[in-house]
Amino acid sequence: MIIAKQFRNLPIHLTLIVAIIVFAFPVYLALIGSTWDAGTIGRGQMPLVPGPNGLDNYLNALTTGQGGRVRGVAVQLLLWNSFQMAIVITFGKIVISILSAYAVAFFKFPLRTFFFWMIFITLMLPIEVRIAPTYKVMSDLNLINTFAGLTIPLMASATGTLLFRQFFLTIPDELVEAAKIDGAGPLRFFWSIAFPLSRTNIAALFVILFIYGWNQYLWPLLVTTGRDMETIVIGIVKMMGTGEAQTDWNIIMASTVFALLPPVAIVILMQQWFVKGLVQTEK
Amino acid sequence: MQRRAIFNNRFLPYLLLAPQIIITIIFFFWPASQAIYQSLLRQDPFGLRTTFIYFENFQEVLSDPLYLEAFQVTIVFSISVTVFVMALALLFAVMADRQIRGARAYKALLLWPYALAPAVAAVLWVFIFHPSIGIIGKALNNAGVPWDYKLNGAEALLLVVIASSWKQIAHNFLFFLAGLQSVPIAVVEAAMIDGASAWKLFRSILFPLISPTTFYLLTVNLVFAFFDTFGVIHSLTDGGPGRSTTTLMYKVYTDGYVNLNLGQSAAQSVILMVIVTGLVWLQFRFVEGKVHYS
Repeated sequence: MIIAKQFRNLPIHLTLIVAIIVFAFPVYLALIGSTWDAGTIGRGQMPLVPGPNGLDNYLNALTTGQGGRVRGVAVQLLLWNSFQMAIVITFGKIVISILSAYAVAFFKFPLRTFFFWMIFITLMLPIEVRIAPTYKVMSDLNLINTFAGLTIPLMASATGTLLFRQFFLTIPDELVEAAKIDGAGPLRFFWSIAFPLSRTNIAALFVILFIYGWNQYLWPLLVTTGRDMETIVIGIVKMMGTGEAQTDWNIIMASTVFALLPPVAIVILMQQWFVKGLVQTEK
Repeated sequence: MQRRAIFNNRFLPYLLLAPQIIITIIFFFWPASQAIYQSLLRQDPFGLRTTFIYFENFQEVLSDPLYLEAFQVTIVFSISVTVFVMALALLFAVMADRQIRGARAYKALLLWPYALAPAVAAVLWVFIFHPSIGIIGKALNNAGVPWDYKLNGAEALLLVVIASSWKQIAHNFLFFLAGLQSVPIAVVEAAMIDGASAWKLFRSILFPLISPTTFYLLTVNLVFAFFDTFGVIHSLTDGGPGRSTTTLMYKVYTDGYVNLNLGQSAAQSVILMVIVTGLVWLQFRFVEGKVHYS
């Protein structure tokens, strides 16, 4: 009986294993590609096992970002730029949205519903649908090619506010009343109760937002023109260019591994937070 | 929803809201209203004179064969991505949901592609499907199947669909799995006692019960295919060859940012806003329990 059951599950295991292999194959090839020399890859003769040039390629990518043909930016700079951008967007977004959610959930004031809808409606205005006018606003404000221009516009969005508001509404009224009787004002209540209670939500949001920030593409493409502000995602696409066969694929692949390592590591190491954040921010 | 116990303070709530509202006005509402305003104007090529032309930009855009072509590409592209992603994600989720050994490990190993940037995914897939150095692209050519995504529009579109779907399958898988695991085990067991086959169980019990998740993912995937795939298209094909991978979103970018045709790009932006509004509205209708069976 048990054996029969195991065999019945065999097709299921096989399908899932095939899916996992297909999913991982592109990354495996990138790892392999990053250990050969550009010539071997360019001739289309790259084997499916690691080659001898790994260390050189990674060091080269990290410190210069340049090969025989590719004229990229040193990956260490690209990584640092991406990290700064992602971390500032993440912190900014969490701070801004927890404050606005606190206002909407714990206060009654004129125009509250109006402000809430104002935040809510931004869901319908992703940057993609208003590229040209947004660019114009940015250049009028002299924010092109500045770190502020790169990060601040990405800090405001409805998802964080909706999530924190949802959570704040689950804090029991009794708790608020007890705090008020004990003489706590709104700021004290925020610091001593609402904020500490939001810890898990903040952690979950942190994981999601860091990945969101790290993976930004269109916005940095529009706002940054100087190469010293390039992010790792943009930098790799520029290195690849039109994707000629005779280019430094080894350097490109080493850089790609650097680019995907931080977000993938976060998803794997903080899987619980990641799942929680993903489900919460979208629902 | 409104809570009973609230604080009274005349200025504090506005102060707390200020950062978000200020950023929202400057970077969301101001540009969006500019887009609507500009969509009703025509500027001469030197930007010296502006005329108010009512809906002429919309008329021109909607009768422009290039725009209609982009519309067609968008529909083919987003339906392909959505169907491909949802079919595979649902299949994997149904399998991982079974009480099998290692279900947790499978979940972890199918989830990580979500972390990849679309543009990075594109670079990885180019390395596989490159006609002369990619392992699959080269194999196809050697096998007598002419493969070059830089020359053949259909192949370019296929590659863009694959590169875009990869991370989205991981995302949908997670949501389908959560949906399936929230189906009460008693319902499933009752069906099995009644002698339902695996297929019958899926078709008559599980699939109807996860329909809210399905509809939710449908709209999420459409929004993803419309907008978030920009990085894939930009890095992989630049909208080409010809215009075979130029979606509506990509056309707004090229017309507005590259070709600086502001009036028409603004009209296109407004059309996209209407589409997003429609999709978000659909999403909330469904999430609010329109397709619930419990």
